[in-house]
Amino acid sequence: MKHNLILRLIAKFLFPVIALFAFYVQFHGDYGPGGGFQAGVILSVAFIFYALVYGLKTTEEILPPHVLRLLASSGVLIYAGTGVVSLLMGENFLDYDPLSSEPAAGQHLGILVIELGVGITVSSVMLMIFYAFAGRGQP
Amino acid sequence: MIEQHLSLLLVVIPLIAAPVTAMLPGRRLPWLFTLSVTWVCLLLASWQLSVVMNGSVISYELGGWAPPWGIEYRIDAMNALVAFIVAAIAAVTLPYALRSVEKEIPEYQTSLFYAAILLCLVGLLGIVQTGDVFNLFVFLEISSLSSYVLIAMGKQRRALTAAYQYLIMGTIGATFLLIGIGLIYAETGTLNMLDLNQRLQPIMEHRTVHTGFAFIVVGIALKLALFPLHLWLPNAYTYSPSVISVFLAATATKVAVYIMLRMVFTVFSSSLVVLTSYMFLVLGIVGVILPSISAIFQTDAKRLLAYSSIAQISYMVLGMGFASVLGLTATLVHVFNHALMKGALFMAIGAIVYRVGSSRLENFQGLGRQMPWTFSAILIAGLSLIGIPGTAGFISKWYLVLAALEQQSWLITGVILLGSLLAVIYVWKIVEIMFFRPVPETVIEVREAPASLLIPTWVLVSANLFFGFNTELTVDVAGTAVRLLGVTAP
Repeated sequence: MKHNLILRLIAKFLFPVIALFAFYVQFHGDYGPGGGFQAGVILSVAFIFYALVYGLKTTEEILPPHVLRLLASSGVLIYAGTGVVSLLMGENFLDYDPLSSEPAAGQHLGILVIELGVGITVSSVMLMIFYAFAGRGQP
Repeated sequence: MIEQHLSLLLVVIPLIAAPVTAMLPGRRLPWLFTLSVTWVCLLLASWQLSVVMNGSVISYELGGWAPPWGIEYRIDAMNALVAFIVAAIAAVTLPYALRSVEKEIPEYQTSLFYAAILLCLVGLLGIVQTGDVFNLFVFLEISSLSSYVLIAMGKQRRALTAAYQYLIMGTIGATFLLIGIGLIYAETGTLNMLDLNQRLQPIMEHRTVHTGFAFIVVGIALKLALFPLHLWLPNAYTYSPSVISVFLAATATKVAVYIMLRMVFTVFSSSLVVLTSYMFLVLGIVGVILPSISAIFQTDAKRLLAYSSIAQISYMVLGMGFASVLGLTATLVHVFNHALMKGALFMAIGAIVYRVGSSRLENFQGLGRQMPWTFSAILIAGLSLIGIPGTAGFISKWYLVLAALEQQSWLITGVILLGSLLAVIYVWKIVEIMFFRPVPETVIEVREAPASLLIPTWVLVSANLFFGFNTELTVDVAGTAVRLLGVTAP
């Protein structure tokens, strides 16, 4: 793809647009269609598109596999951690009421944090799967 | 505060521990962390069992949403007993894992391997704890996906095809279960098990309910490795790493038996039980005899034990087929005892694999004298498998025969005894090769297995002997569990 100037430029141009749309879907999830799963997939699509044009090696320099592994784990921890916080505040697991001064705001905050965890894990796992297929043979 | 959240913590602690384990470096650290988590789980599971042993029920509302709208964890004696089995087997397997995993899993995969074990544990415990059928499906997928990965980690390349085979069969099973759950959800609009039970009663004759029931039973039967649907099991147990053979053989199919009991007797109950009863009896009879005969002709010790597992599962299915108090008690007791004997046997075979590097019976010649402790473990656990008085296996066979006699079913009594005789033949086959054949001259000296493998093996072997005399925990708790299932037939 070295000589394909148009493709390289468009890839560079589209990357922030796709990422921005991913964040829109992520944080708009509680008002309209969207949420962590969809946003995670869209965000990983931005990186996969970049990797298709600029090569796996360049992408792995930006987002190395060991960082992805940490991100994938931390997403699950954010999710489960939110549940534990509500446990420690004296309510049942994943009951978001005590997270804020009033229950409605607490529920709002809780679902936002949890979807963030889902988004981080989904996007990093999608990329890990892509790396595994694209870089066959390497450990 | 802990007691109030007991049922939940049993699932959440390994769930949080799994991603943490995946981030830990090296070999020892992930192992040590996983080990402590499983011991905490065992502690919580025995606490939970002691709370509900007298017949009381724990209910926990996730997210503070009241059932039947929210997900409810509902623990009675049956859940607590199976959760205790799973947690106990995990706690015994983990000390065994360190040396065995060092030999079979490359270092860069070690932390992920332990994380997958923890995820499998989360799935199995979650299935047992939850009182919501869709939540049960989700946990079933968690445990299945992680066990496909774990089986594929086996050293031989054939582990990959074994895992793939299990993946296809397991996915079909899970899909069937989901279709069934979808159908009964469409009919009733609820997913809570108790609520389903009440709402299904008046519409039991609807065709949708019947179809849903059929899908659910066949889906679970695939996971259970019920006789004609067992084809994934021998390869999966044979080619997976030793630790995983131990863990899955002692827990995964037991949890599937639990799902079957829950679905048939708690969710559906009433008239439909009669439908499954004949099926379970017929498949149970064939499933005891044919796999036992296959076991006799195997040349690989792990594969032999895998076929024996299918036969032992058929005993549990026979107990379900009686649909009587004694029959179901026998099923639950056998779930417990079979976990003990198969755990011990797979551990002993794993110890031999650790020293010899193969589980083929031709390489076992004369090992009985070189590895006396491992050999006697196989001998005692084998006797328990046959059902010799004084071992745990005898107790479950005894209750099963009682249940058969109660219904004056001479054929099934005969089948149970014939199954034991066939077990004598295949256990003797291992014993004969290990003890009475001379050591081939070409083989170099083999030492006894290291203590970290022998001690867990012997813990399970002594449990086999202990529960052969003390039936207070097994039979009494199983009896309470069956009473709570609401089985009215004698």
